[in-house]
Parts: sequence; C-alpha cells; structure tokens
Amino acid sequence: MFDWIQHLADWLVYQVFGIAQDSHLGSSLNFFIYDTLKILLLLFLITFVMGIVNSYFPIDRIRNFLSRNKLYGLEYLLASTFGAVTPFCSCSSVPLFIGFVKGGIPLGITFAFLITSPLVNEVAIAMFIGMFGWKSTLIYVSSGVLLGSIGGFILGKLKLEPLLSDWVQNILKNAQAEEELEEEKKTFSQRLPEISKEAFGIVKSVFWYVIIGIGIGALMHGFIPTGFFERYISKENPLAVPLAVILAVPMYSNAAGVLPIIQVLVQKGIPLGTAIAFMMGVVGLSLPEATLLKKVMSVKLIAIFFGVVTACIIISGYLFNMLL
Amino acid sequence: MKTIKILGTGCPKCKQTEANVKQAVSQLGIEANIIKVEDIQEIMAYNVLSTPVLVIDEQIKIKGKVAQVHEIVELLK
Repeated sequence: MFDWIQHLADWLVYQVFGIAQDSHLGSSLNFFIYDTLKILLLLFLITFVMGIVNSYFPIDRIRNFLSRNKLYGLEYLLASTFGAVTPFCSCSSVPLFIGFVKGGIPLGITFAFLITSPLVNEVAIAMFIGMFGWKSTLIYVSSGVLLGSIGGFILGKLKLEPLLSDWVQNILKNAQAEEELEEEKKTFSQRLPEISKEAFGIVKSVFWYVIIGIGIGALMHGFIPTGFFERYISKENPLAVPLAVILAVPMYSNAAGVLPIIQVLVQKGIPLGTAIAFMMGVVGLSLPEATLLKKVMSVKLIAIFFGVVTACIIISGYLFNMLL
Repeated sequence: MKTIKILGTGCPKCKQTEANVKQAVSQLGIEANIIKVEDIQEIMAYNVLSTPVLVIDEQIKIKGKVAQVHEIVELLK
C-alpha cells in the first residue's frame, strides 16, 4: 500500500538530492521523508473518515441517546466507543462531563467516555497504522475501548457521587433525560466541505508534533544501538510495565509526538506491550486534565479516577506482553 | 447593539475565536458588546458539550469549533 511512497522517497533522496544510497545521511533522510509522507497521508485519511462519522453522530446526539436508553451494561461499551470516535480536546472535558451528568447519564458511563476519549483518537490510530501496522492498531483500539468500559464500570460501582463538587451534585439532583434532537437535514456533499476543513485543521494542529517526533525518532534510529534498552527493560523484568506507566502519567503530550519515539524504542528492544502501556499513560492521563477536573470533583475523586485508570493500563501492558 | 459571547475555559481555540470575533466586528464597522465567558458554571447554563461556543444575542450559533471570521460576519449581518 505504501510502496509508491518508498519509491518517491528513494527518487527524491538518491536522484534529486544525489545523496549516496549507502551513506548514513541518505538512509536517515530517506527514513524521515518516507515516514513523514506516510504518516501525514494516513492522518488525513483517518481524520477524514472520523469526520464523516462525527458529522452524522455529533456529541450532542450521542449524549442524548445515552441519556434516554438503558442498555443493561452495554452502555459502558457504547460510551467508550463513542469516546474513541469523538475528537478529544482537554479543554472540552469539563463541559462534556457536566453535560453528561446533566442528562442523567450515570457517573460510571461518563467516566467510560472520558477515559477512552483521549486514549483512542484519530491521530493515535493513524500514527499507529503507519508505524506498527493494522494488526497492532486493531489490538490497540480494541483494548483501549475495553479499558475505558472496564475502568468506567469499576468507577461506577464505587458510588463516587458524594465526591463531586457541590454545584455538580445540584445538577445531579435535577438531572433529566434529554430530548431527541432534530437531525440536521444535509446531504453528504453539503457536509463534505465542513468535514475536509475539520480534517485539515486537525492535521495542521499536530503537524509540528509529527515532524519533531519523527525527527527525534530518526536521530535515535541512527545513534542508539539495536537492543540497547533490552538490558534495562526486558519482558522478564516484572517492574518494567508499572514503572513505565507511572513515569508516563505526569507527562503531557499527544499521540503524534510520542508515537514516533515509541516506534524507535520498540526497534531498539523495548517490548511492544510495555511501550503501548507507556503511551497510554502519556496520552490518557495528564496533570493539566486533573487541574481542569478539579472544578467538578474533589481531589480524592480525581485520585481514585487516575488510580483506577493507571491500574487498568498496567494490567493491559502485561496482557500485551503476553499476547504480542 | 448586538451582544456577542464567547464561551470557553481559556484554551487556545477559545482565544482564537475571540480574536476572530473582534476582527469580524471591526470589518463590519459595527458596535458590539463582546463578552468572554470563562466561568464553567456560567458556560454550562447554555447546555453545551464542547467549547468554544459563539453566542449572539443569547442564541448559540457555532459550537465545538473555532468560528471563522467570514462565518461570524455572515451571522452578524
């Protein structure tokens, strides 16, 4: 599928720039051009497909659907899946949280959405396909969705409502099911300009992260010997996964910046499962998000929320290492 | 005079929206009351799920994305 990009990169570096094929610079540059083009293409493709889904299922409709329907446990999976297809912006997490509570959606289901939303998103999916292939992507996406569902389910069972801020508890008391929204009657071709504009916007907003991430990745690719990390972080070391995750949680970056580096780490000997767990820790939980959530819940609830999600990520890291 | 509100908790997208509103208003040469609403409780009174939100005369016009200058101009006419 990506052969033509490789040909293009070869032609550019060896013919146009005239750099020797076996030189260090040549192979680095080739790697950089090939990776960048492939990732940008995938990014646009995936954000575009997600944009189509979002145009037909906007977040308001999803909320109102979850608010009106009781699905015997399936709603956790559904909320988590919706979280995956909805583009995430950390500044929207608070309005989203309140909006869900206001619609009478149980806290656990709201959390399921909130966990998966940053974890699985269009940027992460596109980069994952480009760097690890379809199979690993499928495993990543399904485990992310599952992790959100299970995390949300556990949090729901803990009866954490008293730990919400007072004004949120007031909203909770007055919660009511939302009305069915009137669907926007628009044809596909009417939606198209909007969708492609959004897709361009998303790709533009992560463009430099991708370039810098791939750049750092390319440098590491050249300078760190293969198998370097194996000595420190092997599959046999039982502490590697929890350490990687705990190290990752306070870090704040997006999938676009982290994944190129993860790819190189894996090439240099870090087990894929440990690397994925690390990435989930970086993109799924962050300190800025915790600060935002302080407006709607007590510090204790944030700690429980982060604790449960961290535990789930660590467990899935072990599972990945066993399966992959 | 129109009252334009920008709802948002202070992320880059919200600041961009505010700048676009100011530009649209000066382009049209009209007078408008531009208010930036950052308090989350006040924002939630509008029952929105994603920010930034553009509100003109208490009516939600654009939500969840940065409103472009030409869109705002169109809405203000």
